[in-house]
Amino acid sequence: MTVGLFIPCYVDQFYPGAAIATLQLLEKLGVKVVYPQNQTCCGQPMANSGFEHLTGGCNDLFIKNFAEFDYVVAPSGSCALHLKQHLHDESQPEVAAKLRTNIYELTSFLTDVLKVEELPARFPHKVGVHQSCHGQRGLHLSQMSELVAPGFSKPGRLLNMVKDIEIIPLNRIDECCGFGGTFCVAEEAVSVKMGVDRVADHLQHGAEYITGVDMSCLMHMEGILNREGSKVKVLHIAEILNGE
Amino acid sequence: MESGTIKDHAELAADFNKDEARVDWHDETLWWIRQKRDKSVHQIPEWEALREMGSQIKNNVLANLDKYLLQFEANALANGVKIHWAADAKEHNQIVLSLLREQSLSRMVKSKSMLTEECGLNEYLEHNGIQVIDSDLGERIVQLAKEAPSHIVLPCIHKKKEEIGELFHQHLGTPKGNSDPQFLTDTARAHLREIFLTRKVALTGVNFAVAETGEIVVCTNEGNADMGANLADVHIASMGIEKIIPERRHLGVFLRLLTRSATGQPITTYSSHFKKPAEGKEMHIILVDNGRSEQLGREDFRNSLKCIRCGACMNTCPVYRRSGGHSYHSAIAGPIGSILAPNLDMKKYADLPFASTLCGSCTNVCPVKIDIHDQLYKWRQVIVKNGYAPETKKVAMKVMSWTLASPTAYHTAGKAARLLLKYAPFTVNNKLNLWYKHRDMPAPPEQSFGEWYKANRNKG
Repeated sequence: MTVGLFIPCYVDQFYPGAAIATLQLLEKLGVKVVYPQNQTCCGQPMANSGFEHLTGGCNDLFIKNFAEFDYVVAPSGSCALHLKQHLHDESQPEVAAKLRTNIYELTSFLTDVLKVEELPARFPHKVGVHQSCHGQRGLHLSQMSELVAPGFSKPGRLLNMVKDIEIIPLNRIDECCGFGGTFCVAEEAVSVKMGVDRVADHLQHGAEYITGVDMSCLMHMEGILNREGSKVKVLHIAEILNGE
Repeated sequence: MESGTIKDHAELAADFNKDEARVDWHDETLWWIRQKRDKSVHQIPEWEALREMGSQIKNNVLANLDKYLLQFEANALANGVKIHWAADAKEHNQIVLSLLREQSLSRMVKSKSMLTEECGLNEYLEHNGIQVIDSDLGERIVQLAKEAPSHIVLPCIHKKKEEIGELFHQHLGTPKGNSDPQFLTDTARAHLREIFLTRKVALTGVNFAVAETGEIVVCTNEGNADMGANLADVHIASMGIEKIIPERRHLGVFLRLLTRSATGQPITTYSSHFKKPAEGKEMHIILVDNGRSEQLGREDFRNSLKCIRCGACMNTCPVYRRSGGHSYHSAIAGPIGSILAPNLDMKKYADLPFASTLCGSCTNVCPVKIDIHDQLYKWRQVIVKNGYAPETKKVAMKVMSWTLASPTAYHTAGKAARLLLKYAPFTVNNKLNLWYKHRDMPAPPEQSFGEWYKANRNKG
């Protein structure tokens, strides 16, 4: 099995640590991973702003880079969801369709494809888990508080395999952090207030770290934490799962 | 036109956020209602099946709306009800006015009806010399404050009890400084009792119209629709054409869905059936289109007409809770309002589908399973294609799509951005950067992942 590694553009540029951890974690689990170096972005920033018609270039590039792989794995629920819903190519629709099926967000790839049961990781800290909406409500990585349905959590299952980790409870277990792509600047006031409130819930419960499957939400919350002078750090879930 | 001077959702929301304590209070109040909803739906193990059934019944209604409307009309006529068809808001308002003029009356009592808010009925009637008194307590409060409802189920949820006390002091003569809810409610009851006893025309909304029987069902917690309609000589009921349900037994699904979703109650205190006029009295039903046929013709947005106006999507929406209903500058606020309003006026409401993070919570609480957040996404595409995106955004998106379609341009731009942040942070960390206003920028790393990979792993 060869996995094509898709690293979201902002992770590539600003959070290489999350990408390196993803790569190392997959390799540790015996997967052959290739990172196509001409990749850029999934196209979501344009699409969510109403400009899906301008994402053709991103789609073409994505298909060119990833068509050959058995699976594509991305350390992001949001980008994976966008590709699953909107990756299209009129000249080769079946290639695009196959890719839409074979794209996985990292944690669901670990639980559903690799069926990971144990991890050699240790993280002796209090950790708050942020449920990123696109991963949770879009890809169903975990049960949603609105529904009357049995609970489960793919990221939660993996974090429970980490030694000495303490997952803190939250008042609102799956409220949006307010990042929302271009929403974070287009609706700056509400976006910030949502982020401030989300961070406060984690702080109130004694989090030392906030983690999640999407670095974008974490970047937004980190911006708020740092501005508030907080010592609390954000870490992509791959960095915890790949820990010592 | 004058749209340049009208504030959009982001600006109105920013105004609302100037008082953070108030935002916290608004958020907590509505979150409490969301929690009440959660508690009550978890008491019903078959809740998700009930939602599915509600959704399917409504899908059937929308697919056969013409048939059901005619069936409803025929049965209502046979019951002795007078039926009026209104193509738009203007026609609806004219019909109401002509019914009042027929009776030579200049006063009317009205129970809650979001449709009349949508049609601007109160302003129209007042302009024509008719006095309208809203009898729903929340509606009466916003009416006294000369404001629009900020929520479809809880019209004055944005008002604190002290503000209501002051309004009652000014308008109903209560002692200054008294904001005891029980006292204020008693005052309103006495005030409205007088209105009910003296008004000869009462207008109500409609929650469900049963095609099979020609009857309408009106749900309230205050009994104010009943007081108005039963004491008046003329009962006018205004309904959007999508309010039809095929059979009476379907109420067993919708009455269970409606109030659990809205407030967490098992059922509304009053679910009143109106079938025919009492002896010597008149009953009129106005069936209003006002853009609904057009929405029915929009395949991607058709099922927004399944809405039963429970307001659950507002209570759960993290944006609504922190921006307030008035920031949506439309009769129906929140996520559902944001997918309904652009159908009525795409230019005026072009901002609303963007007033969301697309978190999807609205879709999950919707009792009739409207795919609200997917429709928000789709409206964004339609609005941009119709040319209602700001010019600056169009340019930015073109540059962005060009950059991201080219690996070389992307790598150059990424490196430039990191260098800029590192060596000239003042170019980014300033007030022109909306991110930076309340959030620090991420610390720029030495290498991108791509550069790291090239240096560490690229061994052919």
